[in-house]
Amino acid sequence: MREIEIVLVVGALLCALQAMRVKRLLVSALWLAGCSALVSVIFFAIGAHEIAVIELSVGAGLVTVLFVLAISIAGEEVIDIRSIIPKPIAWALVIIPIVLLGVMVIPTIGAASSTTEPPFATVLWQQRGLDALVQSGLIFAAVVGLLGLLAEAKVPVKEKQPVKSTPPQVNAPAPKPVTVATHEVKA
Amino acid sequence: MTTLQVAAIGVLGLIGVGVYGLLISRSLIKIVVALQILVKGAMLALVAAGVASGRTNLGQSLAVTVIVADTVVAVIGLALAVQVKRRLGTLDVRELSSLKK
Repeated sequence: MREIEIVLVVGALLCALQAMRVKRLLVSALWLAGCSALVSVIFFAIGAHEIAVIELSVGAGLVTVLFVLAISIAGEEVIDIRSIIPKPIAWALVIIPIVLLGVMVIPTIGAASSTTEPPFATVLWQQRGLDALVQSGLIFAAVVGLLGLLAEAKVPVKEKQPVKSTPPQVNAPAPKPVTVATHEVKA
Repeated sequence: MTTLQVAAIGVLGLIGVGVYGLLISRSLIKIVVALQILVKGAMLALVAAGVASGRTNLGQSLAVTVIVADTVVAVIGLALAVQVKRRLGTLDVRELSSLKK
């Protein structure tokens, strides 16, 4: 059983690393979806079943769709220029603290303790009710912000000038046809 | 090695890859991808801490909050990237440092 968890963790790390290494944005988003799916399986393996389902549907589903949508709008752009920080220095900056943290923290972690606690719905809606309220406000703010960000600048529409109606005159030349300029309005 | 220790290795690895991505990425969308990886590590740490202390459901409810906030960050970040691409014609973050346009 533990070998399966090791394989899951190694797979999630490889997917995350590939998401950072590949040049194409769409491929990077797909590797991220794979990482999310494997992390949700890890959640399930350590006993957090509810969050595994939410992570699989939101992290691997919704967020991937959002990434594909944004890439299709913005276009695939490969930025193949040197990074701001050289890669060896970036690796050193990351690996040294992570290894030190792992050496200090991992030996102190014991086995999972089992105590009785209220069910997930009780914890989420009653004990952490304020969190749920803040989440709904956050979602509302995000929708309003998204609409503001994705809205195009409005082009003022010029009003058509009304055609003056002249009374018919006897022996007068026929009036020229009035051409009304059409304005293209950007969507 | 226990299950939680394996999960802790995953936490440290995901956070490391996320920070590495934030350090080396110059594309705005890649930066959002790196943030997602970083937050996945933090979320896994929350749930693993809940399991280790015997309060799995508390860890899960905190992770739900993190998922919502993370999705909102992704939505706003991608919308910003789309607008930057429309106005500046590139996703390179270096172009944002100049105020030419």
